[in-house]
Amino acid sequence: MGTTTTTVPSAGPFAGSRSFLFRLREGDEIARLLTFLFAASVVLITVLLVYELWQGSALPRHQFGFSFFRTSAWDPVFDQFGALPFIYGTLVTSAVALLIAVPLGIGAAIFLAELAPLRLSDTLEFFIDLLAAVPSVIYGLLGIFIVVPLMRQVIQPQLKHYLGFLPLFKGPAFGLGFLTAGVVLAIMIIPYIISVSREILLSVPRDQREAALALGATRWESTWKVVVPFARTGISGSIFLALARALGETMAVTMVIGNTPIISASLLSPGDSIASVIASQFKEATGELYTQSLIELGLVLFLLTFILNGLARIMIVVTSKRGTGMVHV
Amino acid sequence: MNRRLRWRKFVSAFMLSLTGVCAVVAVSVLFLILSYLVFHGGTSVSWSFFTKLPAPVGEAGGGMANAIVGSAKLLLLAMLIGVPVGFFGAIYLAEFSSSATAFVVRYAADLLNGVPSIVMGIFAYSLAVLPFKHFSTFAGGFALGLMMIPITLRSTEEFLRSVPASLREGAMALGASKWKTIATVIVPSAYRGILTTILLAFARIAGETAPLLFTALGNRFWSSGWSQPTASLPVAIYNYAISPYEDWHRQAWAAGLVLLGLILVINIVARGVLARGISVSRS
Repeated sequence: MGTTTTTVPSAGPFAGSRSFLFRLREGDEIARLLTFLFAASVVLITVLLVYELWQGSALPRHQFGFSFFRTSAWDPVFDQFGALPFIYGTLVTSAVALLIAVPLGIGAAIFLAELAPLRLSDTLEFFIDLLAAVPSVIYGLLGIFIVVPLMRQVIQPQLKHYLGFLPLFKGPAFGLGFLTAGVVLAIMIIPYIISVSREILLSVPRDQREAALALGATRWESTWKVVVPFARTGISGSIFLALARALGETMAVTMVIGNTPIISASLLSPGDSIASVIASQFKEATGELYTQSLIELGLVLFLLTFILNGLARIMIVVTSKRGTGMVHV
Repeated sequence: MNRRLRWRKFVSAFMLSLTGVCAVVAVSVLFLILSYLVFHGGTSVSWSFFTKLPAPVGEAGGGMANAIVGSAKLLLLAMLIGVPVGFFGAIYLAEFSSSATAFVVRYAADLLNGVPSIVMGIFAYSLAVLPFKHFSTFAGGFALGLMMIPITLRSTEEFLRSVPASLREGAMALGASKWKTIATVIVPSAYRGILTTILLAFARIAGETAPLLFTALGNRFWSSGWSQPTASLPVAIYNYAISPYEDWHRQAWAAGLVLLGLILVINIVARGVLARGISVSRS
């Protein structure tokens, strides 16, 4: 902690130690030390987390190496573990979620930032913050009892009827599966996209808009061709942030994805994701290799979200620095 | 007006109203969720839901008293871990730390904040379940507490930093030592923000399920003390919702209504009343 000593260099050793004693008596050094311990524990926890994940997955890392990510057999009885179906499921459900959530979320953010009067915008933002606070198990509950029956009886038969020639919509309509999980995920991440994109759009300087309007652009043209491109990096950041949430989302996905490790081109097929396989199997996992393979999946998930969150944060900060406002992430 | 201009104006009006539709759709989801929960849960919430233990499998009736108490115990533990570490850590960052140290701590907190909750569960499992060889209330509270730390830390620091420097200097000029300045001037003038932060962090972890699945596990009976597995509302919702029993589904709705009601009330109090006029960062 070389940087925190604050003795005055010109005062000599005696004066320095006296001022140290003085500060000690006043309690400042004690306060600093105590609060430092708490702050340091945050770093310690983080280091420990990475260490535990790495150490806890040593067995499958040595035994399977990179083939862990290439094989799709998941057979606890014969100690065969391949992560491919889960990685596939995580990516597919997140992609479906983004396809639905990005247009909706950015559209809503544009409305809130560019069109709505400030009072209305703030009120709607309040509701959107509440939506972001709804726990994922509640989304899962609604998913099981509302989205799944709706999918099975209405949406999936329609999709099969009109788009059944595509490999994406083949097979029986179970209700549970990739598509349903993606839809529930989309509902969950829309609030994040809206909140962050709205703040980014609000931080775009006023004169950008005014200049476009003065040149004869319509309101939409000034928004779509000037304001949105200005905020592009930050909006991408908000999407990355939402993607990181979607990848790590556990409960809602576990409840509606079907929990079957299959790789299928059809979105109607049941599947499994990294988070959902950990949630549904970790407790029952018997044998070191089984448990540790699940921990290795956790490590993969951790690394994925770590990279995405980092990128997102950089993008959002870069944009908000170019603009006028400070955006909280 | 020529046709080109009329077309452009039409496109503008059309696209802008489309964004309005997006906003309406997004917000109406909240009211859909609420109305479904009130509709399904409201008919299932009864006095015995709050006072009785779960009925044996196959029997109708019973309640979730043990899950409610279990959740309260878990959240108490989480607060005991999350609030002090977050609060004092934030004081160090805002008042004592050099910028290099602050960067490291902040980076670690942001990283921790982004960790998926299921991974936090694995971490808590290997730290608080494996060494003791059994699932426990303590392990569950530990997992939730870990999740609370980064949320509390980052926003508390922001509120401490937003206290005007003149207040700080005024107190120091009167001869107060640094910790006295912090305890009597800085923290009191940022208390509303800090309280809001803690409430929001509490509401956030109150609904967390994934970290509890293999730490606090679940329990169909009362859990005495802190070293036994315990039931909790979120895990009970999960287990009941995926069960095949009609009666359990109704109880899952009831539990969902109680849990969401609690979380929304805390959020509304925190954002609407306490945080009036201060900006609360999203975590």
